[in-house]
Amino acid sequence: MKHTLSILVENHAGVLSRVAGLFARRGFNIESLAVGTTADPAVSCITIVADDRENVMEQLGKQLNKLIDVIKLRDFAPEEVISRELALVKINASARTRGEISELAALAGGKICDITRNSVTVEFCDTTERVENFLTLCRPYGLKGVVRTGTIAMEKGSGQLSVEEESGNGKKSEKD
Amino acid sequence: MKVSEAMVRCLEEEEVTVLFGYPGAAICPFYEALALSPIRHILVRTEQNAGHAASGYARMSGKCGVCVATSGPGATNLISGIASAYMDSIPLVVITGQVDSHLLGRDVFQEVDTTGMVEPFIKHSYLLKNPADTCRVFKEAFYLAQSGRPGPVLIDVPVDVQQRETRFAYPERAAIRSYKPSSMGHIGQIRRAAEAIRHADRPLLVAGGGVFASGAGTVLKTFLEKTGMPAVHTMMGIGALPFEYPLRLGMIGVFGAEAANLALNRADLLVLAGTRVGDRSIPAPELLARDKKVIHIDIDPAEIGKNIPADIPVVGDLRLILEQLCGELEGPELNPLTDWKREALHYKKTVLLKLPSRDRPDPRAVLKALCSRMEPGGVLSADVGQNQIWAADSFEVPGGRFLTSGGMGTMGCAVPTALGARVACPDRQVVAVCGDGSFQMSMMELATMRQHNVAVKLVVFRNNRLGMVAEFQREHGKETAVCLDGSPDFVRLADAYGIPARRLSRPEEIPVALDAMFRTEGTFLLEVETDPEEPTLPPLSGAF
Ligand SMILES: Cc1ncc(C[n+]2csc(CCOP(=O)(O)OP(=O)(O)O)c2C)c(N)n1
Ligand SMILES: [Mg+2]
Repeated sequence: MKHTLSILVENHAGVLSRVAGLFARRGFNIESLAVGTTADPAVSCITIVADDRENVMEQLGKQLNKLIDVIKLRDFAPEEVISRELALVKINASARTRGEISELAALAGGKICDITRNSVTVEFCDTTERVENFLTLCRPYGLKGVVRTGTIAMEKGSGQLSVEEESGNGKKSEKD
Repeated sequence: MKVSEAMVRCLEEEEVTVLFGYPGAAICPFYEALALSPIRHILVRTEQNAGHAASGYARMSGKCGVCVATSGPGATNLISGIASAYMDSIPLVVITGQVDSHLLGRDVFQEVDTTGMVEPFIKHSYLLKNPADTCRVFKEAFYLAQSGRPGPVLIDVPVDVQQRETRFAYPERAAIRSYKPSSMGHIGQIRRAAEAIRHADRPLLVAGGGVFASGAGTVLKTFLEKTGMPAVHTMMGIGALPFEYPLRLGMIGVFGAEAANLALNRADLLVLAGTRVGDRSIPAPELLARDKKVIHIDIDPAEIGKNIPADIPVVGDLRLILEQLCGELEGPELNPLTDWKREALHYKKTVLLKLPSRDRPDPRAVLKALCSRMEPGGVLSADVGQNQIWAADSFEVPGGRFLTSGGMGTMGCAVPTALGARVACPDRQVVAVCGDGSFQMSMMELATMRQHNVAVKLVVFRNNRLGMVAEFQREHGKETAVCLDGSPDFVRLADAYGIPARRLSRPEEIPVALDAMFRTEGTFLLEVETDPEEPTLPPLSGAF
């Protein structure tokens, strides 16, 4: 099953490598990873998307929680979050295809951010699925380059993962 | 003051009285400051042993062990000591020197990414770049190492930082918002656990190393007396059960006692007390747990459900949780467990076949005779290999402690661990038991014992083999690369260090040789000639 982990961490050097190391030791490939600061600049949020084929996510979550720099962690199922990623897509374009591509981008909800004699660069921000879909549509023109940020996610509804939240007995884990 | 001086002051604030280490250029400013402090420095002969010695010290003193090394090769040499401490949950603060902070990442002389390399087996680490962080970092390191599930914490200090100025103000307490280890057990879980204990027909307590880490020995005795349940222990839990407890059935696991393993299989409720159920203790936990209830008490939530499914997890400090459980079990009479107790006592009668008598002394007989001569409270530090299992299976010393590298199985740990243990408790007898392979990984520490006047009795089983590997190979094919030809005469080696020694070659000499060892003041080495074919486990008679 796909999991989206939101991990609040101290904004220190070395934290990301500690988090990534716990995946690496199991030979567990991370599908996507995004890091940025939160409302509090001393706290960063790491969003990791991973496919838990070996059923180890619960254990991994506990071990992530053990890292001293991890403040809080939530493991979301796909339907529990709003998720987005940003892709920059550079597409081959000639004078003949440029119009078609810009129409396609506009229809899909992308935005053209750079045009040259033989290329169009589109900024596209949506769910991973729709990013993939857009890339499929662009492929026939020839993709010169694609850069993606990795998924960021936020819990649906008014609740929000925060440092202050009650944590009861023990650490910051959701369940004992 | 200089950061180097502040580092020493921090150690003094933490009431550190001894540290184990090895200097080099990148840690020299610290060593200079240390020379002006009453803290005792024990110069080991290789850094790995600073880690082991600090671990032995920590386990016997109940305090945090401290070890020090220089950058690059000093730090890389240390890592087996750190990893061993991590696996056995031993509180250590490890201080390493580092190259000049402006040169980090440029592969300068003796630079290695120390915090990076220890990451998978360290509780936490710091690269101290800002002099103003010195006191906070030390305070946090000592707090982290000793609280919750104990473990090693490393502080890497670039040499230029050690020489910079800082203001000394040691914080009262460490404030780490992301770290709040639990202490008391959740009351709902305690009630469920008590209920399960009341309803069990064949409850069994499994004691692990957590009993020592939490200081739960006394309350464990109360708990066992109250419930009357039979009890077994893991290798890390040797000595954790009350010595006089009649239903103490011994060590479980691959190399455990038959009685303990039989009881483990028969039980309908397991009370896992401070044990992570490592694969050597319970090789097929899922299978085992299928027909039993499992109460798992551990301070580390990540251990719960990792190796064995738990019906009733209780996260927290074992001592407090056992106290809570004892309270909860007050009131109506508990199940007297009459049949189960009778069954358990019956298991205890399992007898071992007498081995055909050999020309060489039987190592188990040597160790039994050794333990019977040890003072109450004596400490046995066992190495890795057949010698470790012989020692684990023979250890019977009232109030005694058994130290070994349970999680890592690090050869060469016994001598330095014993050294550290003896430094921690100069009033207790300390014996190190090694194989001829493992002793040759650690024998340089004979010099340390001499130099610092640390008295340890050393027993080296000489089978001229990496015995445990040889046995494994014999079962799966043929012996290769396990012969230790070329090894020195250990008696003469000891003599070269000025350490009295003797050889034990024949079974009938066992009492005389051991008496000679214990009669001699100070360090003594006993080389025990052992049959290379001697099995790790004695065959069972099956009749009981
Ligand atoms: C550092 C290290 N290297 C290798 C091993 C693998 N190993 C386990 S037991 C053993 C043999 C130990 O030989 P010895 O110390 O002579 O003990 P014996 O089994 O003969 O009693 C070896 C090589 C280990 N546990 N640790
Ligand atoms: Mg040997």
